[in-house]
Amino acid sequence: MELLRFATAGSVDDGKSTLIGRLLHDTRSILEDQLAAVERTSRARGDEYVNLALLLDGLKAEREQGITIDVAYRYFATAQRKFIIADTPGHLQYTRNMVTGASTADLALILVDARKGVLEQTRRHAFLASLLRVPHLVLCVNKMDLVGFDVAVFERIREEFRQFSMKLDVADLSFIPISALGGDNVVTRSERMPWYQGSTLLHHLENVHIASDRNLIHVRFPVQSVLRPMSSKFPDYRAYAGQVLGGVLRPGDEVMALPSGFTTRIRELDLAGRPVAQAFPPMSVNVSLADELDISRGDMLCRPGNPPLVGQDLDAMVCWLAEGVSLQAGARFALKHTTRSARAQVKQLHYRLDVNTLSRDETSPRLGLNEIGRVTLRTTVPLFFDEYRRNRHTGSFILIDEATNATVGAGMINGPAV
Amino acid sequence: MSYELSHLDALEAESVFIIREVVAELDSPVLLFSGGKDSAVMLHLAVKAFAPAPLPFPLMHVDTGHNFPEVLQYRDARVAELGARLHVASVQEAIDGGRVAEEKGPRASRNRAQTVPLLEAIEKHRFNAVFGGARRDEEKARAKERVFSFRDEFGQWDPKNQRPELWSLYNGRHRRGEHLRVFPLSNWTELDVWQYIAREGVALPSIYFSHRREVFRRDGMLMAWSPYLPLLPGEEVSTASVRFRTVGDMTCTACVESDAVTVSEVITEIVASRVTERGASRADDKFSETAMEDRKREGYF
Repeated sequence: MELLRFATAGSVDDGKSTLIGRLLHDTRSILEDQLAAVERTSRARGDEYVNLALLLDGLKAEREQGITIDVAYRYFATAQRKFIIADTPGHLQYTRNMVTGASTADLALILVDARKGVLEQTRRHAFLASLLRVPHLVLCVNKMDLVGFDVAVFERIREEFRQFSMKLDVADLSFIPISALGGDNVVTRSERMPWYQGSTLLHHLENVHIASDRNLIHVRFPVQSVLRPMSSKFPDYRAYAGQVLGGVLRPGDEVMALPSGFTTRIRELDLAGRPVAQAFPPMSVNVSLADELDISRGDMLCRPGNPPLVGQDLDAMVCWLAEGVSLQAGARFALKHTTRSARAQVKQLHYRLDVNTLSRDETSPRLGLNEIGRVTLRTTVPLFFDEYRRNRHTGSFILIDEATNATVGAGMINGPAV
Repeated sequence: MSYELSHLDALEAESVFIIREVVAELDSPVLLFSGGKDSAVMLHLAVKAFAPAPLPFPLMHVDTGHNFPEVLQYRDARVAELGARLHVASVQEAIDGGRVAEEKGPRASRNRAQTVPLLEAIEKHRFNAVFGGARRDEEKARAKERVFSFRDEFGQWDPKNQRPELWSLYNGRHRRGEHLRVFPLSNWTELDVWQYIAREGVALPSIYFSHRREVFRRDGMLMAWSPYLPLLPGEEVSTASVRFRTVGDMTCTACVESDAVTVSEVITEIVASRVTERGASRADDKFSETAMEDRKREGYF
């Protein structure tokens, strides 16, 4: 059974929580005691119907204020797949939350209210999904019941969004007309929209092809740690532990270690002493090499003819996640990239991007909370990286404020700075 | 060649990565080991992450003094088998020393009292990373939890002010006296845990499987009869075939009627169950809508 991670984004009151509640409910993932708790709370609050949105708001402040504060993770499974939902609130901290949820997502699900059509927030969510390179995008046109299940409304929204999405880099885009409240086209096909011949949402989630989304070409193995038992039972065992971020590794393959540039062969792959025939993303394995090289945490194994970019000067898009502290030229931060830690200085802030219009403001001196901009960074040590569009794992980094230790920025590498 | 990975392999790979990341970046980790199934799976993953090298950190058990003897036996057997170091943080000692007040009355539980010896032990041994087996699917406050979850110098969790967590880039930075709680099983569900137990042959305490026990009914739940839970008027003890879905201490963990004696029989029952594991078996969540959030804010697991 495969695992699919998806992020949901929506505007205020577009029925996102109801949709997730519906998905969980109709796949029998909500159990009786959870439903009973929601019914109790709904009654206490005077709601007219059982408010499935309450299933999702976990914190006291959220239930009191009726808002969602933070990304929440939900789980359900069908016979086909196991699903992890990153449910990102649409209003407060929208960029920070959406970027967080989208960073690990295979698919982004964006909701539109059929009565309102494509809003500024819809465009923003779609832009963030494309910036974060979420491979699959689904636009759910919700509340079709409130527009009389009219095909013309659906077609108009689809056309408008398609026009807009041409400006974005979206590899796979689907449109589904639904009513989350009534359950139409969520899990079961709607009899009220015979004009729609496509998949229900769940069918789409179960069948969308995700196996090819990983990079299986460029071998990238950042070393997490060195395993040396030094015991009488394993006197000579020495292996490099890590998670494969790209490509396929097999015993016998020639590999190059960075930064040294020395090449050798893979002698063995194992996990907990059990041999592994081939390792590919996202497997965690131990790699033993034919020759003893000086390799430690933060180094990277790759194929000799196919190395990552190596350098200290990065051109990147940065999404700012913090209040109080801002990003501006000259500022220094701690940086974490794969298993490598460094310090970085902002050399230049080229522009701030308006996520609503996609226009560039080249006069902005800083990035504040929830703002996105293009920067040049210089790091204290060389990084082994790829363009984010080629590999989301070797192309991403976080920035950490050294005074507070807070995670303040999320970076996506465009390439080496020139 | 196929490059598909099953969901259990994907979850295992993620957990192993997280556990290794902690050991690489934080110099004084400890793993909370209660003997429950989630901590048993977490320990199994930790062993796999470093084998054939030994487990590079000690274990800790917060002992309420009201634990099931079968679970303590299992704990000690597992520790001996691995040659691991075990720290026991005792609620009884904290009560005897006057640092925690014992709850009174027939519904008294030492569940909440565990936070004090836990935080004391973290401070005393200067642990800066504490592995916990909590899962996000267990409880709604836990659904908002990070994998690397920051705790301030008082061990407090501030759910409204959490570090954003992107890709698999975990931020373990902290100042002296602060620490991180790390949850390698964040993305696992109850069913994933059981399927993994079946696949890997992870040993569990015997009380997870059907056995005869003296029980009584309270608040719609079946509680094990023990000296720690005085009966209320009208409550009667009877014998039934039961198993436990979760294992906390005897005062707050209920059992369910069951004939499942093997892992695969347990899985069959879980798939058919219409009640969550905490709903079926945890009195500690039933104090209020936000009982878990309240305890977590104070530094609970």
